[in-house]
Amino acid sequence: MVTTRRVFLGFVLACLGFAAPAQERFITVASTTSTEQSGLFGYLLPIYEKQTGVQVRVVALGTGQALDVGRRGDADVVFVHAKAAEEKFLAEGEGVKRYPVMYNDFVLIGPKSDPAKVGGGKDILAALKKIEVANAPFVSRGDRSGTHMAELAYWKEAGIDLDKAKGPWYRDTGQGMGPALNTASSMNAYILADRGTWLAFKNRGDLTILVEGDKRLFNQYGVMLVNPAKHPSVKKELGQQFIDWLVSPTGQKAIAGYKINGEQLFYPNANDPSA
Amino acid sequence: MNSLSDAVVRAAQLIAGADPKLLEIVLLSLRVSLTSIALSCLFGLPLGAAIAVSRFPGRRGVVVLLNAMMGLPPVVVGLLVYLLLSRAGPLGELGLLFTPTAMVIAQTILITPIVAALSRQVVEDAWREYREQLRSLGETRVGAAMTLLWDVRFSLVTIVLAGFGRAAAEVGAVIIVGGNIDGVTRVMTTAIALETSKGDLPLALGLGIVLLTIVLALNAAAFVVKEAAQRRYG
Amino acid sequence: MTNAQAAMHGPRSLLPLRIESVVFEAGGRRIIDRVSLTLEVGTRSVLVGANGAGKSVLLRLCHGLLRPTSGAIAWNAPEFPGEPRRQAMVFQRPVLLRRSALGNVAYALAVAGVRSPEREARAHEALRKVGLEALAASPARVLSGGEQQRVALARAWALRPEVLFLDEPTANLDPGATHEIEGVIRAMHAAGTKIVLVTHNLGQARRLGDEVLFLHQGRLLERTPADRFFQRPASAEAAQFLEGELPW
Repeated sequence: MVTTRRVFLGFVLACLGFAAPAQERFITVASTTSTEQSGLFGYLLPIYEKQTGVQVRVVALGTGQALDVGRRGDADVVFVHAKAAEEKFLAEGEGVKRYPVMYNDFVLIGPKSDPAKVGGGKDILAALKKIEVANAPFVSRGDRSGTHMAELAYWKEAGIDLDKAKGPWYRDTGQGMGPALNTASSMNAYILADRGTWLAFKNRGDLTILVEGDKRLFNQYGVMLVNPAKHPSVKKELGQQFIDWLVSPTGQKAIAGYKINGEQLFYPNANDPSA
Repeated sequence: MNSLSDAVVRAAQLIAGADPKLLEIVLLSLRVSLTSIALSCLFGLPLGAAIAVSRFPGRRGVVVLLNAMMGLPPVVVGLLVYLLLSRAGPLGELGLLFTPTAMVIAQTILITPIVAALSRQVVEDAWREYREQLRSLGETRVGAAMTLLWDVRFSLVTIVLAGFGRAAAEVGAVIIVGGNIDGVTRVMTTAIALETSKGDLPLALGLGIVLLTIVLALNAAAFVVKEAAQRRYG
Repeated sequence: MTNAQAAMHGPRSLLPLRIESVVFEAGGRRIIDRVSLTLEVGTRSVLVGANGAGKSVLLRLCHGLLRPTSGAIAWNAPEFPGEPRRQAMVFQRPVLLRRSALGNVAYALAVAGVRSPEREARAHEALRKVGLEALAASPARVLSGGEQQRVALARAWALRPEVLFLDEPTANLDPGATHEIEGVIRAMHAAGTKIVLVTHNLGQARRLGDEVLFLHQGRLLERTPADRFFQRPASAEAAQFLEGELPW
């Protein structure tokens, strides 16, 4: 009876003793699921940590959520892909300065059977119109992510009033990119995805890329330091150090170096003034 | 069904390979869940025993409330703890968000009602059996609560295992307050969620099998110890 | 009064216990109906009566486990909360903790504020007195019914109570075990403890009782010295009771 108690206590203490290495130098970055799930951070951050000794802790959420985390002061840096939302963030005084970092593109994914006959096209707006007319199943992220905001913008630009056109064919799932792809795969539905997540995604089922290359599908990523004037807990030196590294030649080269099956996922463009 | 057989193979590879990342995730899971169940017992057992032997106005309401709290949705608890620990929240100064400590806090809040409600029932049943004798001996209510807690210790083992199982299995609270940060707050359940959303189902299932194996092993060990002790003490 | 009784019951003794017009009602029924009596040092008092007469309830009222609806239960020098108890009770079923026999007796002593090592010494002595020294380390709950009840008695003995209440202590035991228990009760009485016993076993009542208190439908109908009660009870109800109980 006494031994039982001792064994249990000993085990608990042993587990408690496994403290994570006390990392005093670390920053918290709120980013999107696409950067996390494409594997970019898994590739990039060890390079940075080795170089500087600073641990980068990434909390991966949708763009909207990531910016909200920044607004609450719970992150030091935000790294998302929705320029309009990022500029709003700056206008609110929540961020210091926006730095373009890299871009990838969105692709329209759909079933090989292609009921709306959009395959091979180079016009995303035309494709969406065809899908709406055909009432073909379409999965939306519905989670205020960069991808979701882009999708909504395309519907609007195509002249389609989603509220009126929405029907059972339009599945608003409120999920991250991976889970939404899972849903699309199981439903054989169309879905707008970022190329990075798609390349890393393993559960493709019958899905394939149907529309790509439209200039409008360009997906720009930007990084910002959360405003330390508004949130005194922000680690401004360490945060800025990370941002500086991302846009530096070393960081940009590292981003370009990330490939899946020989294919590059993200294209560094920190020097592009229009990005 | 292919996924399942792939998953079993994956699980075997993971365990045999002793991948350091996997080890890190497993140890963190154990650390968080074991700490949570230990704290929950610290708060929940005395609370349950105290309610069991006490009489006070509104007692029945308290019992019903405690039982209901066993069903607290983890996501809701996660959200509430997030709001508490966020820099924009009342306890933001502590800087606990996105740390294992935050995960322990959330899980402790989830499991303490389970431990308290179930131990209340077990101790109350024992109290019914012992009440006259203990009062005859002049035992105080506090003394009775402590004596009964020790006396029903074998039933408590099952309660503790139930609480631990709940902690080890939940993902809704820890993913919100922990942020599923690689190397810092990624535990087995959040890793499974991540691999699922990346579409790597065999890996996700494989991790799931590893998790189940660990929980099963712990339960088996506890069972053996309990049986041996119970045989000695009736 | 014997020497042992005098030693145990000084002027600050619990006894005599004065019970005045005690009424106990529960669930809309009157279970004890204006009972008055005084319990003195020395006499072994046995309560008998039909089922439902209120014997167990009266015992519990005296011991303080129940509170009377009206009337008074007054000890000579009463106990106060927080003090070690000077009375003990043995129930029909031995209520033992999941510990060793010694552990159970030691527990009672711990509650009474006795410290180690005196606690273990007294516990061993009590188990010796009931003939269970050899089983001191055994888990109490795996012992036989008779042995368990002896542990319960040892527990009571160790406390050296001034009054010992017993509620049908041998109802579930075979004759051999019953005999052993009765031996312990006699020994405790010889050591000075006042015995108040409820029993259905009329043979036991005759063997152990000095006086018989006959309860009928919550009223104390008769109080007679034991030998006279069984030959010539004073009340008609008692006579009927004895007739019903005595095996033909």
